[in-house]
Amino acid sequence: MTGLIILLCVALIAIVVVQIGKVTELAAKIRGEEETQLESNNFHGRFSMLFLVLFLVGCIVSAVYYKNDMLGYGPHEAASAHGPDLDYLFNLTLFFTGIVFVITHIALFWFAYKYRGQKNRKALFLSHDNKLEVIWTAIPAVVMTFLVVGGLDVWNEVMADVGPNEEHIEIEATGYQFAWSMRYPGPDGALGTKYFKNITAVNSLGIDFNDEKSLDDVVSSAPGEVIKIPLGKTVRVRITSRDVLHNFDLPHFRVKMDAIPGLPTYFVFTPTITTEEYRERLGSLKADGTPKYPEWHEPADPTDPESKKRYQEFQFELACAELCGKGHYSMRRVLEVVSPEEYEEWSASQSSFYMSSIRNTDEDPHKGKLLDIEIQERRRDFNTKVEKALKATDPSEKIIRLDYVTFETGRASLTDLSRYELNNLFDFLNKNKNVAVELAGHTDNTGDPVANLDLSNRRSQTVYEFLLNKGVEAERMSSVGYGDTVPVADNATAEGRQENRRTEFKIISQ
Amino acid sequence: MAATNLVKPDYDPALLIEEQGYEDHFHDHHHGDKYQSSFITHYIFSQDHKIIAKQFLITGIFWAIIGAAMSIIFRLQLGFPEESLAWLKPLLGKWITVNEAGIGTLDPQFYYALVTMHGTILVFFVLTAGLSGTFSNLLIPLQVGARDMASPLLNMLSYWFFFLAGVVMFASLFLSTGPFSGGWTAYPPLSILPQASTGSGAGMTLWTVSLVLFVVSVLLGGINYITTVLNLRTKGMTMWRLPLTIWAFFVTAIIGLLSFPVLASAFFLVIFDRELGTSFFLSDIYVGGEALDRVGGSPILYQHLFWFLGHPEVYIIILPAMGLVSEVLSVHARKPIFGYKAMVYSILAIAFLSFIVWAHHMFMAGVNPFITNIFVVFTLIIAVPSAVKVFNWITTLYGGNIRFNSASLFAIGFVSMFISGGLTGIFLGNSAIDIQMHDTYFVVAHFHIVMGIAAFFGMFAGIYNWFPKMYSRFMNETLGKIHFWGTFIGAYLIFWPMHYLGMAGVPRRYYSFEGFDAFSHFDDMNKFITVSAIIVFGLQILFVVNFFYSIWKGKKVTSKNPWGATTLEWTTPITPGHGNWPGKIPVVHRWAYDYGKDGNEYIPQVLPVSEDESEAH
Repeated sequence: MTGLIILLCVALIAIVVVQIGKVTELAAKIRGEEETQLESNNFHGRFSMLFLVLFLVGCIVSAVYYKNDMLGYGPHEAASAHGPDLDYLFNLTLFFTGIVFVITHIALFWFAYKYRGQKNRKALFLSHDNKLEVIWTAIPAVVMTFLVVGGLDVWNEVMADVGPNEEHIEIEATGYQFAWSMRYPGPDGALGTKYFKNITAVNSLGIDFNDEKSLDDVVSSAPGEVIKIPLGKTVRVRITSRDVLHNFDLPHFRVKMDAIPGLPTYFVFTPTITTEEYRERLGSLKADGTPKYPEWHEPADPTDPESKKRYQEFQFELACAELCGKGHYSMRRVLEVVSPEEYEEWSASQSSFYMSSIRNTDEDPHKGKLLDIEIQERRRDFNTKVEKALKATDPSEKIIRLDYVTFETGRASLTDLSRYELNNLFDFLNKNKNVAVELAGHTDNTGDPVANLDLSNRRSQTVYEFLLNKGVEAERMSSVGYGDTVPVADNATAEGRQENRRTEFKIISQ
Repeated sequence: MAATNLVKPDYDPALLIEEQGYEDHFHDHHHGDKYQSSFITHYIFSQDHKIIAKQFLITGIFWAIIGAAMSIIFRLQLGFPEESLAWLKPLLGKWITVNEAGIGTLDPQFYYALVTMHGTILVFFVLTAGLSGTFSNLLIPLQVGARDMASPLLNMLSYWFFFLAGVVMFASLFLSTGPFSGGWTAYPPLSILPQASTGSGAGMTLWTVSLVLFVVSVLLGGINYITTVLNLRTKGMTMWRLPLTIWAFFVTAIIGLLSFPVLASAFFLVIFDRELGTSFFLSDIYVGGEALDRVGGSPILYQHLFWFLGHPEVYIIILPAMGLVSEVLSVHARKPIFGYKAMVYSILAIAFLSFIVWAHHMFMAGVNPFITNIFVVFTLIIAVPSAVKVFNWITTLYGGNIRFNSASLFAIGFVSMFISGGLTGIFLGNSAIDIQMHDTYFVVAHFHIVMGIAAFFGMFAGIYNWFPKMYSRFMNETLGKIHFWGTFIGAYLIFWPMHYLGMAGVPRRYYSFEGFDAFSHFDDMNKFITVSAIIVFGLQILFVVNFFYSIWKGKKVTSKNPWGATTLEWTTPITPGHGNWPGKIPVVHRWAYDYGKDGNEYIPQVLPVSEDESEAH
C-alpha cells in the first residue's frame, strides 16, 4: 500500500515537473527567446557561484565531521611502523591536490559567473598562449615528480622483504572460502612446507609432515580464535590462498596484499602499539576530563547503555579485500598485538597441530615410527624417573615402570618400538655399573592365571635377554614373572587392565 | 544570441557549398534508395550512420536504466540492511528470501551478481557503446564532411553485434543459477570455477560469449571510424582542422583497436580453462572438497591481459566525453577552444600513456614490487596532460560570453567532476598510498566520479547539444537544467562521502558491514548515499522522459544552425537525408574554432579565408 502511494506521488511529481517544463517553454516563446536566454545566463551564472560556495563549504564541513576517520588524524593513526609514512604521503598529496582543487574550482565557477552571456559582451578571441601553457605543464610536472619520488621511496622500503639475517617472526595466512587460517612456526621458528594435494578434512592446509619444520607448527583456523603478534617485532606474513583470490587486509596496520593460489606473497610489518594501548588511546580524555573521541565512549552495544564502552571493546581486525564469492564480506578475524613477553608465554602454551591432530592417525606419514623428538623426550622422561629412583629410599619407589616396552598380544616377542626404551635402560645400566636390577613382567587377570604367569615370565626373560645381548653382565640382572598377582589398578575396567599389563624393573642395589 | 557589436554571418553556408563545394556525384547513383526504401531497412537494418547513432544511443539508454536500477537495489541493501525488501520479490523471485516475520532480504549471491552486472553494463554497454558508438557514428561523417562511414555495412554489423551481445547478457539475468557474480573484472580462479560460485556457471559462460560479441562490435566500429577519419575527410579538412570531437573519437578508436583484441584473448583463455580443461590461469587449487589437477597457470597473467585493455578502456570512455565537452564549451562560450594543439597533443599523450600504466590496478595483486616503480612513474605522468586539458577548458571560459543551457552546464559540470575524480587518482596512482586505499570505497569514489559521472556528463552535454541534429527538435531546457543541477549536486552527495569510507579502510564489494567493528559505524552515511542515489536515479528517469517526449513533441528546430556553430554538421539541412548534404559536399577553409574572430560572431569552416583576415588556422 505504501509502495503504491509512493509510486503515485512519484508519478504526480513527474507530471508536475513535465508540465513546468512545457509551461516555461511556452512562456519563453511569448517573452522572446533572446530575452529568456539572457535571464537563464544570469540565473545559472549566479547559481554557479552559489554552488561553488556551498560545495567548498560542504567539503570543509564534511572533512571536519569525519576528521576522526581521516588517515593519520585523531584516533585513526597507524598501528605499524611503516603506517605513518603512508599517512604522511596521503596528507601531503591531499595538501597539493587540495590547493589545485580549490583554485581550479574557484576559477571554473567564477569564470562561469563572470563571463555569463550578456547582451553587449564581446567574447575574447583567445586561441592560445604558449607561455601560459608551458607554465601549467611545468607546474604539475614538478609537483608530480616530487610526489612520485616521495612515494617510491616509501614504497620500496615498505615492500622490501626481510633480509637474510634480519630477526623476524614469520607467520602464514591462508585464505579460503570464507575464512582465514593462520599458521605459526612453533619453537623452531620456521614454517614447514605445504602442498595443496595434501589437503584433507583434518589437514585443511595441506601441510607436508615429511618436512621436519612442519611438525611443531601451530595452526589456528577457528574464526573465533584471536591471532596474536608481538609488539615491536618484525612480522613477515606469508600470504597464500587455497581456492580463489583473497586479500589479506589489516586496515589499522596499513597492510594489504592479495592471496593467490599457487603463488605465495608476503607483507612485512612491525606493530608499534598493543591492542591495550590502542584502546587507551581511543578512550583518552582531554585536559578538562571530557573524552577526546566521544564516539568511542558510546556503549559498544547500543541497546544496552550499561555495556562496555566502544573503546574498551576495540579490536584490530583482519578482513578480505578481494572479491572471493558470496561470503566475501564475512572473513573476519581478530588480531591482537601483545607484549613480546606475553607473546612468548602464549606461544609456549600452544600445542603443535601435528601432535594434537595428526600424530598416529592414518594421515601421519610417521605412524608406527618414533620421531627423534619423541625419542629424546622419552629418554628425558626415563632419566628423570631413574634419577628419582636412585635417590629414593623407600623400596616401592625403586620400581620403575617401562611405559614404552610392549609385546605382541599373547606373545613374548617385543614390539618394534620397545627397543628405544630398552636402549635407555641399557645406557642407564652401562653408565651405572654398580646398579643391579630385577626385571619383572605383569599381566592382567583375563585368561588362565597359570598361562598368565608363564607369559609374564617369558616376557621378562625377553627383556633380560635383550639386555644380556647388548652386554649387560648377567649377575646384575634377574628376571621374574608375576602373572596377575600384583595388580596396580582395578582389573574390572579396560583402563585398569591396561595399567596392569606392564614391564618394570626394580633397583636392587646401587 | 548575438552581441550587438559582433557581426552575424549574412550568407547561407548552404549556398556557399553549392557555389564552391565538391561535386562527388553521390546523388547520381541513387544508392540512397537502395537501402532506405522500407521501414526495416530504414529504421532497423539501417546502414545510415545517423540512424545507427540513434540505435546506439537508445540501446545505451535502455542499458543505463537497467544498470542504474541494479545499483539502486544493492544500494538499498547497503543503506537499509534492516528494511524489508519483500516488495521486490515479484521482480527478483528467489533472490529475495522472506522469513516468517515477512522481512525480505537480498541473497548475497545475487547482491554480487548485481554489482558485477552494474559494472559490466555501465562500462561496456553504456559508456563504451552508448557514448562512443553514438557520437562517433553521428559526428564523424557529419563533421569531416563525408556522406557516410567508410563501410556502412560494417557499421551496421557493429551495432547488431552490440545488440546481440546485449541479448546474451540480458538472457543471463534470468538463469536459475543467476548471472555472473565475480565482479566486472572477472578475475580467475573465481570466474573459472563453478564450484567456487554459482554465478561462475552458466552465468559466466553467457558473460564471456556476450563480451566476445561486444569486442567484435567495437572492432568493426573502430576500424570504420579510423578509416573514415583518415580517408573520407572532405577537401580542405586537414588533420589540424578537425574539431576536437573527431580527434577524440579517432584516437579512441585506435586505442580500442589495439587493446580490445587483448581482452578477447584473455576471454578465450578463460573459455578454454572453463570448457576444455586447460590451466592458463589455474594452479594449486583445492575447492569443493577436492584438489584440482590443474596446475601451472597464473591468475596474475589474466590480470595483466585484462588491464591491458582495462586501463585504456577508461580512456576509451573518457576521451569521447572530453572531445564533446571541448566542442560544447567552445560553442557556448562563443570562444575558440583554448590551446587547440595542446588539446590534441594531450589526447595523444594520454592515449600513448594509457598503454603502459595497466599494472597500477595490480599494485596489491602480488606482482613484483620492483615492477611497480615503473608503473607509478607512467601513471602519475598522465596527470600532466590531464591537467593541461583542465586548464585549457577553464581558460576557454575566461573572457567568454557564455550561453547557459543544458549542454553547456553539463560541460562545465564535466570539468568539475574530472578535476575532483582526477585528483584522487594522484593518491591511488602512488603505490605507497594505494596500500591503504586499494579496493576501498576511495577507489569506488574515484572511478565513479572521474569516468562514471564525468563520462555521463560529457554524454549528456553531447545529447543536449546535438539532439536538434538528431531529431530536428530541441529537448526541453527547463527539464534539462533541473536534470543538470540535480544530477550534479546529487552525484557529489553520493560519491563525496565515499572518500571518507575509503580513508577508514572500508573495503568495496561488501554485502554487509555489520561483521566488522571498523566498518560498521557508517550507517547514517550509507543511508544518505542510498537516498541520494535514488533521487539521482529519479532525475535520470526525468531525462529519459524528456528525451522521448522531445523526439515527438519537442520544440521544432527552425534554423539550420541554432547554436551558431562553425562545424560542418550545421550546414546540412535541418533534417539531413541520406548522404547528409543534398548536393555537393562542403569544402573546408579553416579550423573549427573561429568564434569572435575579427568582429564576427562566428565563421563557419566552409567560408574561404579573406585577405584582410588576421592569422588563420
